[in-house]
Amino acid sequence: MKKHFTVLATILVFMIPWMLTTSCKEKDSNIQAAVETAIKDNKDLASISVEVKDGIATLSGEAKDDMCKSTAETIAGKVKGVKQVVNNCTIAAPAPAPAPVVIAEDDPLTKGVKDAIKDYPSVKADVKDGVVTLTGDIKRADLKKLMMGLNTLKPKKIDNKLTIK
Amino acid sequence: MALQDKYKELLDTAKTVGLSNFQAREQDNVLYIDGDAPTGAAKDQLWNVYEKIDPDFRSGDVVMNVNVSSMVPGSKATVTTQQSNLNIRKGPGTDQPIIGKAAHNETVTLVSKMNDQWWLIRTAGGAEGYASAQYLSPQN
Repeated sequence: MKKHFTVLATILVFMIPWMLTTSCKEKDSNIQAAVETAIKDNKDLASISVEVKDGIATLSGEAKDDMCKSTAETIAGKVKGVKQVVNNCTIAAPAPAPAPVVIAEDDPLTKGVKDAIKDYPSVKADVKDGVVTLTGDIKRADLKKLMMGLNTLKPKKIDNKLTIK
Repeated sequence: MALQDKYKELLDTAKTVGLSNFQAREQDNVLYIDGDAPTGAAKDQLWNVYEKIDPDFRSGDVVMNVNVSSMVPGSKATVTTQQSNLNIRKGPGTDQPIIGKAAHNETVTLVSKMNDQWWLIRTAGGAEGYASAQYLSPQN
């Protein structure tokens, strides 16, 4: 009986630290999965990854902006089991602003407009600072064709004051 | 962004028909749509959607500069004048002397594009000169 007890005690002495470490490891991976799920819930944070070790969640990857970076941190911090969040996320460079629209100078624009309306004697056009103002009248059937021509001339705007017949 | 909402169907169509070099930019309350349509039919489709949203083209809030990219040197185009013949000129401009004519509905060949407005063309009869692109419809 006593011998059996000693054997059991020996097993337990070895088992307990082993159980503790494995349970802790398992816990980390569980926490990591939970944090990942929580973060991936937010589409904007899809590029952020997480690693959990000893309850410390380390975030990495490229966040879209400051807001996303702090959101990820908040989300990770709320997950059960996370003791601390290390936020190593970088911020993506902002997308370059699109090049401004090029508007034709009045000279070539006036010439182009003159060519575009020459088939429609009842249409008058005025060009000023890139804005083409149409007056007079036009048949409905011709309107789209005229507009197609004018739209390729790179005007700033087309102000259609035509009477459509 | 309001204009992008108003013309959402147009912008969606631009993506569906596969406009290359597609750009949609809003500046001073005008939406500028630029790109190259793969076919003349694709360009027509865009214009039909635009017409549906703004039937009289009166809002003045869109400038749609869409050209047909399939019009490369050697491709054919139909002369789509009202009824009259298309003037073929010595240079790109209505101030240039007329050196020939192409009949309404005639097929001509594109030699090169001077710009979006003026194309150097050759008629079946061999006459070569500049014609206004607005009267030339790409054949697909």
